[in-house]
Amino acid sequence: MTRNYLYGTFLATSLWWLASPAFSATATTSAATLYKDECASCHMAYPSQLLPARSWLKILNSLDHHFGDNASLDPATLKTLKTYLQANSADTAGTRRARRIMRSLAADETPLRISALPSIRRQHHEIPLRYITANPKVKSLSNCVACHAGAEQGRFNEDNVKIPGYGRWDD
Amino acid sequence: MILLSRMLMLSLGLTLSCATLAATAVDELLSTYRQQGAANFSAAAGKRFWNQTTPHAGTANPERSCASCHTSDVRQEGNHAVTGKTIKPLAPSVTGRRLTNPKKIRKWLKRNCLWTRGRECTAQEKGDVLTYLKDL
Repeated sequence: MTRNYLYGTFLATSLWWLASPAFSATATTSAATLYKDECASCHMAYPSQLLPARSWLKILNSLDHHFGDNASLDPATLKTLKTYLQANSADTAGTRRARRIMRSLAADETPLRISALPSIRRQHHEIPLRYITANPKVKSLSNCVACHAGAEQGRFNEDNVKIPGYGRWDD
Repeated sequence: MILLSRMLMLSLGLTLSCATLAATAVDELLSTYRQQGAANFSAAAGKRFWNQTTPHAGTANPERSCASCHTSDVRQEGNHAVTGKTIKPLAPSVTGRRLTNPKKIRKWLKRNCLWTRGRECTAQEKGDVLTYLKDL
């Protein structure tokens, strides 16, 4: 009887823990670490809320042709990243930036490049190319961290923009 | 005094364990490559392979070698040839965690051979390169 009671308590506690925010937070944290390990070895860790879920799915389904590189992942890693990136995408993030990105896209558009998003292009149209593509320290509009130091943490505030070789950007 | 000597032993142990971890992981892979028929791994051959270029005509990186991203001195930082992202030195003597995880080594050898050579590397090539890198 006592033993049954103990088992019952143990089971209930385990179930409570599995359903608790602490557990899902742990799962999210490890997926976030996995994302950084697997994707941010070659390029910055793009904040997931910069693309809609359908874009992440398309990117992850074509990793064998990833912008000219074969970036295939093992099936288990791929599955975790699909869940994580889709669950934290522009559709679901709810921030002003995410909403602006979603508004700038037609429902049937599935962009693969963050740097080609209409809202991102619009926000960078005043910056001369010599600051970006012709700047060896930047190379491309896709190298967000070159000028936005907090880009990987999702901070793109204009007050903190510093263009390598040119200094602060004010418009 | 006892505390000081213990701390000294601990730090010595930590330094040694990094080198040992790299040696263990590389040894594990080398024995796999031997089972696949490779033999007599050579650091000199590994170094030649490291700097040897493969043509990829008509692409943004028409001459590719390991050094394209990691430079020919792996004690230095490198830069990803496409994205420009900084790559920490590959030498285990500079970046302690390098070459300590067999799974990671297998993954990156596969990926980077495909980009650089346009094919997977042979057991002999991989063994030579690891033999070259492990003592740097």
